[in-house]
Amino acid sequence: MSAYDTGEGIRSMTYREAMHEALHEALANDDRVFIMGEDVADYGGTYAVTKGLHEEFGRDRVRNTPLSESGFVGAGIGAALGGLRPIVEIMTVNFSLLALDQLVNTAATLLHMSGGQLNVPLVVRMTTGAGRQLAAQHSHSLEGWFAHVPGLKVIAPATAEDARWMLPSALADPNPVIIFEHSGLYNDRGPVDPNTGPVDLDRAAVRRSGSDLTIIASAGMVSKALEAADQLDKSGVSADVIDLRSLRPLDIPTLAASVARTNRALVLDEGWRTGGLSAEIAATLAEVCFWSLDAPIARLAGVEVPIPYAKHLELAAVPQVDDIVAAAGNLVRPIE
Amino acid sequence: MSDQLFETARSLEHRLLADMIRIRVFEERCAELYGQSKIRGFLHLYIGEEAIATGVMSCLGPTDAVLATYREHGHALLRGVPAESIMSEMFGKSTGCSGGRGGSMHLFDESVRFFGGNAIVGGHLPLAVGLGLADQMLGRSDQVTVCFFGEGAMAEGEFHEALNLAALWNVPVLFCCENNRYAMGTSLQSSESQVDLALKAASYSIPAWSVDGMDVLEVHKATTKALTAIRAGGGPMFIEFQTYRFRAHSMFDPDLYRDSDEVEQWKKRDPIMTFGERLLDAGDVTSDDIDEMWAAARAETEAAVEVADAAPLESIDTLLEHVTLEASENSSPGPDTPFVDDDEVWP
Repeated sequence: MSAYDTGEGIRSMTYREAMHEALHEALANDDRVFIMGEDVADYGGTYAVTKGLHEEFGRDRVRNTPLSESGFVGAGIGAALGGLRPIVEIMTVNFSLLALDQLVNTAATLLHMSGGQLNVPLVVRMTTGAGRQLAAQHSHSLEGWFAHVPGLKVIAPATAEDARWMLPSALADPNPVIIFEHSGLYNDRGPVDPNTGPVDLDRAAVRRSGSDLTIIASAGMVSKALEAADQLDKSGVSADVIDLRSLRPLDIPTLAASVARTNRALVLDEGWRTGGLSAEIAATLAEVCFWSLDAPIARLAGVEVPIPYAKHLELAAVPQVDDIVAAAGNLVRPIE
Repeated sequence: MSDQLFETARSLEHRLLADMIRIRVFEERCAELYGQSKIRGFLHLYIGEEAIATGVMSCLGPTDAVLATYREHGHALLRGVPAESIMSEMFGKSTGCSGGRGGSMHLFDESVRFFGGNAIVGGHLPLAVGLGLADQMLGRSDQVTVCFFGEGAMAEGEFHEALNLAALWNVPVLFCCENNRYAMGTSLQSSESQVDLALKAASYSIPAWSVDGMDVLEVHKATTKALTAIRAGGGPMFIEFQTYRFRAHSMFDPDLYRDSDEVEQWKKRDPIMTFGERLLDAGDVTSDDIDEMWAAARAETEAAVEVADAAPLESIDTLLEHVTLEASENSSPGPDTPFVDDDEVWP
């Protein structure tokens, strides 16, 4: 039984609470684990995920950094090489671009360049996504860029349960793992089993079963896809909703098994369409499922524009529930 | 390797001269092998700068960590990476220290805590801070991380971020700036608004000073002083070693940006020649001793070339190896990840 089992069985927790508890457990279980990032201590983290942890574990293990993304991500790589298990928090994926050198040129390459001698057991957490009116330097969904890079593992927990249990697996992984937390999810509640334990990091999950089409989503798009599937159900269209969970590697067998059954696929991506993760998924499904398709694979992705500030413009820039319903409707309509 | 304790000053001086000669001979042979296409890619030679790696490495113990740049053959050799392992790596062979994945710019050897072989200028400075942080947090108070970089790195943001972090966290790191006055073809005056590099580093509240990098004994003394202070908990330090590379930046460089008179002036200060003469004058070595050093270095290098020549190439079947490790290959905390395998097949 887990130390976090209050005897109440499955609890309702926010995504933020679930991630906080996962971080607490990681610090409590292993002295080698420490958290560092901008304002993770007194401030509590930009999104209040690490709030209060420094009081219990001290400022060495919940370590504030200056505004030096490249510096502290690189220090995380070095600390991992030195035997620690760092969890580095970057405020947003936009800021992570200041650390792209460390993530792409070093974390992802060291194992290979050293002929297998040096692995980098580093966990990097960052927020992604639009929806908080933070405009074009805090709201993008660039996780597809990281999913492009061999040597990295990229995960995107979309539920409170995954926020709670993907972290221990990421820490146990010998490779650099990047965790994308959609900023719109932190207040969302969901059931969390206190005794699940570490889960696999590379499997997609079927969140809802249907027979007419497969909707493929990740991160902040999953809850929108589920809401859309509810609406579609009322008009007699039943959708499989798949939560990718892992963006690298992609769990193609789970996607393909669903599409082989539903014969139609709609790929959602909050990121831009051109060269995006949705393109990779659609192309791969076309390669492996072509003969079971009843319609062309459809994509619904972010509009090709920097994310605007004004609420109505921001909403229009990324796929919304109504857009998903409409795209699904087009996909299942009999071809005239 | 150079971590042995030397019983007398005389044997230390012998060793320093012999080690500088080892690097010189090894690299001159590398240049020939490049001409014969045995070595490809970029090849950056350290010829002229040997006193720095030699003097610094002579002060390190086996548990210290070393990070270097892409001009690191000498550092690797003196850190204890076997010559045949380095040469094989440059030949792209399976017996290379990085299994033929790294080449000249990416020599690594975990067994002697040699962390590369880093070819993004300035990119490894934050790693040095992290390695130092690990030593500090894990209570390994006698260990130091030594980070070599060129003066060109001091124009990179990562230099500033790393020095600031190192000072804030008081990590046991020695920053060794090898100032050879040219970042590729760009002179110090063209790339730094402040050419007093120690002054620049000192702005981070890090003890910083400048040393003649052509004098191996001066390098040894300065490093000893810095390491003693760092091991006593003094936090990071910075030394600028003033030096000069006698060869072009890489084998592709026509060396159009330097005056040949300038190169010739610096060559008069050749660290091997000048140190050898000093030892001869003082009667600390005989010319026979020096001849023996060159002969031993040639024998080491030729044996390495022989091994590298005879070694097999990696099988292309191994191409996808060393990209990610399986979860089971970790030594990290927590229960093993339950791995679901339901034999799914692609439809």
